[in-house]
Parts: sequence; structure tokens; C-alpha cells
Amino acid sequence: MIQVDGLSKKYGRHVAVDHISFSVEKGDIVGFLGPNGAGKTTTMRILTCFLPPSGGRATVAGFDVFEQPFEVKKRTGYLPESPPLYPEMSVEDYLTFVARLKSVPSREVKQRVEQVMERCSVGDVKGKLISKLSKGYRQRVGLAQAIIHNPDVLILDEPTSGLDPKQINETRELIRDLSGAHTIILSTHILSEVEAVCKTVIIINRGRLVATDSVEHLKQRGAGNAIQVQIDTDGTGDLSAVRQRLEQVAGVSKVIEKPRNGTPFVFEVQSLPGRNVRADIARAVVHAGWNLLELKALTSTLEEIYLSLTGAVAEQPPVSEQPEPTVETVGGTK
Amino acid sequence: MRNIWTICRRELYSYFVSPIAWVLLAIFAFLSGAFTYIISASFVRASFESQMSGQSFPMNLNEQVIGPLFSNIAVISLFLIPLISMRLFAEEKRQGTIELLVTSPVHDLEIILGKWLASVLMYGALLVVLAADYSFLFLYGNPDWPPVATGFLGIFLQGACLLAFGAFISTLTRNQIVAGAIGFAAALILWILNWTTSFGNSVTVQVLNYLSVVSHLDSFTRGVIDSKDLIYYLTMIFLGLFLTARSLESLRWRA
Repeated sequence: MIQVDGLSKKYGRHVAVDHISFSVEKGDIVGFLGPNGAGKTTTMRILTCFLPPSGGRATVAGFDVFEQPFEVKKRTGYLPESPPLYPEMSVEDYLTFVARLKSVPSREVKQRVEQVMERCSVGDVKGKLISKLSKGYRQRVGLAQAIIHNPDVLILDEPTSGLDPKQINETRELIRDLSGAHTIILSTHILSEVEAVCKTVIIINRGRLVATDSVEHLKQRGAGNAIQVQIDTDGTGDLSAVRQRLEQVAGVSKVIEKPRNGTPFVFEVQSLPGRNVRADIARAVVHAGWNLLELKALTSTLEEIYLSLTGAVAEQPPVSEQPEPTVETVGGTK
Repeated sequence: MRNIWTICRRELYSYFVSPIAWVLLAIFAFLSGAFTYIISASFVRASFESQMSGQSFPMNLNEQVIGPLFSNIAVISLFLIPLISMRLFAEEKRQGTIELLVTSPVHDLEIILGKWLASVLMYGALLVVLAADYSFLFLYGNPDWPPVATGFLGIFLQGACLLAFGAFISTLTRNQIVAGAIGFAAALILWILNWTTSFGNSVTVQVLNYLSVVSHLDSFTRGVIDSKDLIYYLTMIFLGLFLTARSLESLRWRA
């Protein structure tokens, strides 16, 4: 549905977007992730034909954004970072105007306006002036405006910024609802949003593409090399002995003590890349006559992956726990 | 065509739901009414005096009231027009709604024509007030109507051309006040260009005089539609809208 190929945008000497390539399939919800100033808005503006690219190509619904902007505009709905609203208009009048502007046939305008007001639950304020609306309602009117002509592609620039938690949930709900019929790109710098809403993530930083993958894959990518072990020695070994034993297992690169809730025998074991040491550890522990209480792989949260990919320094330890079925883990068959 | 009308309608909506339209109408109604009263009152007194003195001067409503009134109105509108045009694009840029317009399936030209048309209609509403003033002259006097009609046409064209330039100036900034101030300065300069005629009659002076918006109004108020003046106004409208289009286009490359 969306094809981006070596896309660049320069403002004078400043490179805002640097040879980005990605593609989005029909019906996908893609999270466009990056710190502020990474080039998210610029990329979206190019996709909506607001800005011409400096280099590369982008096609939306099969039409080139530079060659055939008119066709692209007909098929995209766009919610800029601040919703493009006329404060002096009432919600209904505003949506009617946008419907006409987006070439909705005259006969269907009224019906479409009713539909999107219902869909975005702004029907109860349809007679109100937009200037009197709360931030949450404005955002929803903004969304209503973007979907009024039933576009193939929806481009949403930080749709939940500035909303309170309840409104954020409602907006995400709405976006998830819309995903069936539309292909959606939404930008955000909130990670939980991507995890909550998107199937695929595109991470950019300083104008460059850092990663593009499904949320699941990306999570696994940062994991796999660290496992957490809890051991009960029945008093037959002290901390350093256990530690030593663990370090001797082939493929282990590092053992970190991570005492938890008063039990000192908890370790984070990091292995060399590509080595699966879980089975060996289990064997070694049992062999030493100790009880293996816990053995699980650690998955990075998207947050940590994001921070490491975008080069920011994480304040938390690099990995955290993410429970996994224990049976599967002990068997080491993953 | 439909898109132009859609945009024009929304623009008029904004003029009339906000105080702008009503404030402008009130100011214009007051000023034009006052001028009509003052000029016709002095005309009435002059005609009384001419009758009293026995030796009747030739009194002409068209030349002594309607002509001067149009000139005064032309000057008032120079002050009011920047107030109409300043918000056209500056406000869209400030609100971010320009992104909506530009990413919608409409051509730049349709946006510009729609907005300009709305501003011209807004200006037309002011002229309706003026027509009400003039109706009293027809009610109590017996002026020739053709010079009045051409006078309206002239003053309308002058407004349309200043509004085209105002639209251009409005694309240059996101601040309405700045757009208004620059627009006012531009209108003032286009007006006083014809003052140069008092410095002789060199080629430069003739060119400057030709460029002045006000010097082309005279023939209209005398009931003459001179193709020279008509072409001047139409060219200026075209130039103003052309500059607006270029500026709007460059906005994307600069933004």
C-alpha cells in the first residue's frame, strides 16, 4: 500500500530524512517510532504530499507522491500533530466542509458526516464550537476529519499527544477499530502505544532508518542471550561457588548476581551470541546437587530495544524479566 | 469550480461568525454615512445659497456629491481592505489548517481563488452599505445613474485588486497583524504614487501615476469605462493572484 524507496529530505544543509526505505502492506497498522526531531513528521508530510521529497521515491496506493499528488491526496487521510481545526466553526459544519473539500459526492456528505461523528463519538457535541471543545474531543474531531472520505491510507502524527490517560485509551481503541478497513501509519514517541496498537514498527533516528520489523520479532531480537536463574543450594554451597559453577558452563560469557526479595541465589546469565546454554545450566546445577527453582529467558521490552537502537542511554538495566512458560524453557527447546 | 465554492463558503462563514465582518460593516457604515451626510449637506447649503443670491450657479449632484464621495470611499477602503485580507492565509498557517487544505484533493489555484472570492464578496457587502447611502440621493435628488454604476464598478475593481495583493502578503507570514500592517503599507504606497504628479510630468512620474490604484478611479466616477483603467485593474488582480500562487507553492519547498 505504501512504498518508500530511498526517501530523503533536506532543509538547506540540514538532512531531516536520510535515505529511508520501507513498505507497508494493506491493512497494517504501522508504528513510526523515533525521538523528537527524528524525521517522523517530515516523512509523514512527504507521504501526504505536503512536502516534496529531495530525493528518492514514495508511492501511496500505487501513486507517486510527487508525480500524481492528486490521486494520492484522494486516498489518504491525514491528522497532523495539531489537528487542523477552525475554532470558530461548529463540529458539524467543520466536518461538512472537510467532506466537501475531500470530494465526497454532495448527496453523501450529510450521511458521511453523521457516520464519522458516530464512529469517533463526537455526535454529542456536533453543534458546539470547536474552540469550546476539550483536547480529547478536538483530537477525535481531527480523526473524524481524517477518515471522512473513507481513505485507503490513514496517516496520524502523534494522535495521542497531550491527552489524558483515559482519552489515550479511547483514541487507541478507535485507531484499532479503524485498522480493518484502512492502512494506518501512526507516529509516536510513546512505546507502549506501539505495543498496544501496532503490528509493525519502523524506528528512525536522526533521519535514518534504524529498524523495521514486527513488534514480536523486535522484542525477541533484543533477547535470547540472557537468562535468569534461581537456585536453592540447600546450604551446600555459598554464593561464589554457585557463581563459579555457572561461569564454567560452556558458552556462558558473564554471570551477574541479582539478589531478589532476600534470596541471594538469583543470577542473570549472559551467553555468547548464538549459544543456547539453558540446558547445560540446568544439567550443571542438578549435577552439583542443587535445586533449580527458576530458569527463564529474559525478553527486552520494546523500550529497551528502542533506547539501545536510538542510542539513548538506558537508566534501567539492559534487560528485565518477562515470564515465559517454564516447562518450555527448562527443556531448552526454543 | 465546486472546490472554489467550498473554500469560499467556509471563508465567508469565518468572516461572519467572527466579529470581523460585523466590525468592518459597522465602521464602514458609520464612515460612509458620515461622508455622505457631510458632502450632501454642504451641497444642499451651496444650492440654497446659490438660489438666495439670485445668480444661480450650475449645481450638479453627480459632479459635486457623487464624484467626491467615491474618492473619499476609495480612501476609506484602502484602510479597511488590509483588515479583510490579512487573515486569508496567515490564519491558516498559524492554526495549521493550511496542512488540511494543501493535503486535500484541491488545486492551489482553487484554494487561492476561493479565498480571494470570499474576500471580494466581503468587500462587496461593504459596498451594499454604500449603495444604501446612495439610495437616499436617488430618493431626494435626481442624479444620473450611469456614473454611479460605473463608479461602483471602479471602486469594486480597486478593492478586488488590493485584495489580491493582500492575499499575497498574507501568505508571507503566519501573523495576521504583520500581514495587516504590510498590507496597509502596500495599499498606502499604491495610493500615494499618484501624488508624484505634483512634481512635474516626466516619464517616471507618468509611470508611477499609472501604477497608482486611485488614479484609475476618476474616469469610472465620471461615468466612463476606459479600457486603459479596466486593463490596469484586471492586470493588477492577475498579478496579485499570480504572486499568491507562487508564494503558496514556495511554502512547500521552504516549510
